[in-house]
Amino acid sequence: MTSRFQIPPWWRNRRYLPWLVQGAVALVIAVVVAFLLTNLLLNLTARGLLLSWSWLGQPAGFDLAETILPFDASLPYWRAMLAGLVNTLRVVIAGLVGATVLGTLIGTASFSSNGLLRRLARVYVEVIRNIPLLLQLIFWYFVVFLALPNGRDALQLPGIVLAKSGLFLGSPELVDGVWQAPLRFTVEFGALLTGLVVYTAAFIAEVVRGGIASVPKGQWEAATSLGFSPLLTLQRIVLPQALRVIVPGLNTQYISLAKNSSLAVACGFTDLYSVSETTLNQTGRAIEVMLILLGSYLVIDLVISALMNGLNGLVQLRER
Amino acid sequence: MVLLHRFTAVVPLIASLALVGCAGDGGGVQSQKMAAIKARGSLICGVDGKLPGFSFVGPDGRYSGLDVDICKATAAAVLSDPAKVTYRDLSATERFAALSSGEVDLLSRNTTMTLSRDAPGGNALAFAPTTFFDGQAVMVPATSGIRSLKDLAGKPICVETGTSTELNLADRMRELNATYTPLKFQSGDQTFAAYLQGRCVAVTSDRSQLAAKRTGFPNPAEHLLLPDMLSKEPLNPATINADPAWADAVRWVVYSLIQAEELGVTAANIDAKVAEAKANKNLAQLRRFFGVEGDLGKQLGLPADFVVRTVKAVGNYGEMFERNVGTGSPLKLERGMNQQWRQGGLMYSPPFL
Repeated sequence: MTSRFQIPPWWRNRRYLPWLVQGAVALVIAVVVAFLLTNLLLNLTARGLLLSWSWLGQPAGFDLAETILPFDASLPYWRAMLAGLVNTLRVVIAGLVGATVLGTLIGTASFSSNGLLRRLARVYVEVIRNIPLLLQLIFWYFVVFLALPNGRDALQLPGIVLAKSGLFLGSPELVDGVWQAPLRFTVEFGALLTGLVVYTAAFIAEVVRGGIASVPKGQWEAATSLGFSPLLTLQRIVLPQALRVIVPGLNTQYISLAKNSSLAVACGFTDLYSVSETTLNQTGRAIEVMLILLGSYLVIDLVISALMNGLNGLVQLRER
Repeated sequence: MVLLHRFTAVVPLIASLALVGCAGDGGGVQSQKMAAIKARGSLICGVDGKLPGFSFVGPDGRYSGLDVDICKATAAAVLSDPAKVTYRDLSATERFAALSSGEVDLLSRNTTMTLSRDAPGGNALAFAPTTFFDGQAVMVPATSGIRSLKDLAGKPICVETGTSTELNLADRMRELNATYTPLKFQSGDQTFAAYLQGRCVAVTSDRSQLAAKRTGFPNPAEHLLLPDMLSKEPLNPATINADPAWADAVRWVVYSLIQAEELGVTAANIDAKVAEAKANKNLAQLRRFFGVEGDLGKQLGLPADFVVRTVKAVGNYGEMFERNVGTGSPLKLERGMNQQWRQGGLMYSPPFL
């Protein structure tokens, strides 16, 4: 008896089948994208609004409230947008650090042996993550920061002044009713940063809590029986193991923080979105400005993602 | 070679077909936009919605104001009913995209006419005549001691983003060689809230807008407008370049209100005036204006008596002004530049001939 092995037809071959399905999906996507793009191009051509980038070199003509790079109204639009981008990066980086520290503290606090601390951490997370960020930003800016005293009544410590216009460091002086200092942070920056940190920290706290909860209880008990203090247990035994679970979750929160920074316009901070809005209005170049905006946030988020993936690789269990 | 020749022969043919298609769409009286409005039975009008005197929702939930009256007059002319308007509240940034994408038929939202907004290479809008001649001004607390633009050097000033005010302020401060901090907010509400909270020592916007917003302040008398005029701000309703027939109709709806004031026609006396014009063949100007003779309305694609409908709906321009922003209203604005040309103002309608 000889059973002859029959080669199945290629469309039923396990080797080609996945490629076939993927190819079909890719084709559908390509057709949809091509349709949308041609539609866009056709309509833009019909309205005489074909993409053009020469406006980027023209003088912006408007001023910016706070910049790190020197800027004035005679500089071109691309410099204005760059200044906005730098401001966005400034708030994103400061926000990432702040939210991580606060989030980790609150996340670990929910494992505290102190009942009050544990419950406070829970209340914080539940209250903050259930209120829209935009409302929180408006609250921080209009209710908290703009309630600060102004001018001579400002809160003063040696070398530090906290006024309605901002935080001034390094021998601040009152010139003609306005505080001046070598180093200053405006209340707009402060309100946005506070809002982002407080909001994102609530989510990070949950990620950290999940990570710590994933470490088997036996690890705690083993460390305690070896004479480790609770803090040392957390630091040396639990957190290094918990990081494997925490890092991927952190990535999502970091990306949200970067995207949420575009709500800056609600509290008057000169970020990329705010500058783009003015640029769009003055040039009428809606598509180009939107493309720059989309591209910038995409790149920021991809960079954060790449860095976090690198970190993820470092904390993963290395199998020998 | 033969193939190529055939191809080159076909190209002009297709091109000419395309041209014929365009002529069919754009030519003639009927505008696509007007046909769409009639089919829909409602005019979609983009307004601010938060500016007393111009467009504001009253306690009864109805829109009122100078800008709103333009929407009503247009609806009265096209649809014979001033109530057939769907209002869309638009922010300063949204407004042009909403208009050019066709989401609104008419933009009547205290919009300044500028070259770049009018030009086909810019926003490609078609502006109707100015309904309010305005200028950018600055408001400061009366106690601040600031009495001119120069006093604002080094101070924070609140501005709404996405408006021509931002650029005007920058220009004027550069001329004065004064540095300042522009604090920009997306909505007018936030801009004025920050000013009232004392974050800025001044807020800048169109004079009419400042006067309008001031009526809502806790103590309006504590804020004063600086005498400096930072800019010319002619506020015009707008449509898009792509539909010239629709732009013409809106243009002459606005002119009809201005012309009615010049001719002494009001919402109260229009019926008597029309009866008078019908009875007396010698009143040629009024007869043409009311559409008793001639085909002025038809040339625009509007009913012959569109002027009667617009004036009945909102009154003449002078009545609109007094009711919404004039000395009798909470805004208490003088007619000033918005007076009729015979009284030394800028309101002037070309002849209805």
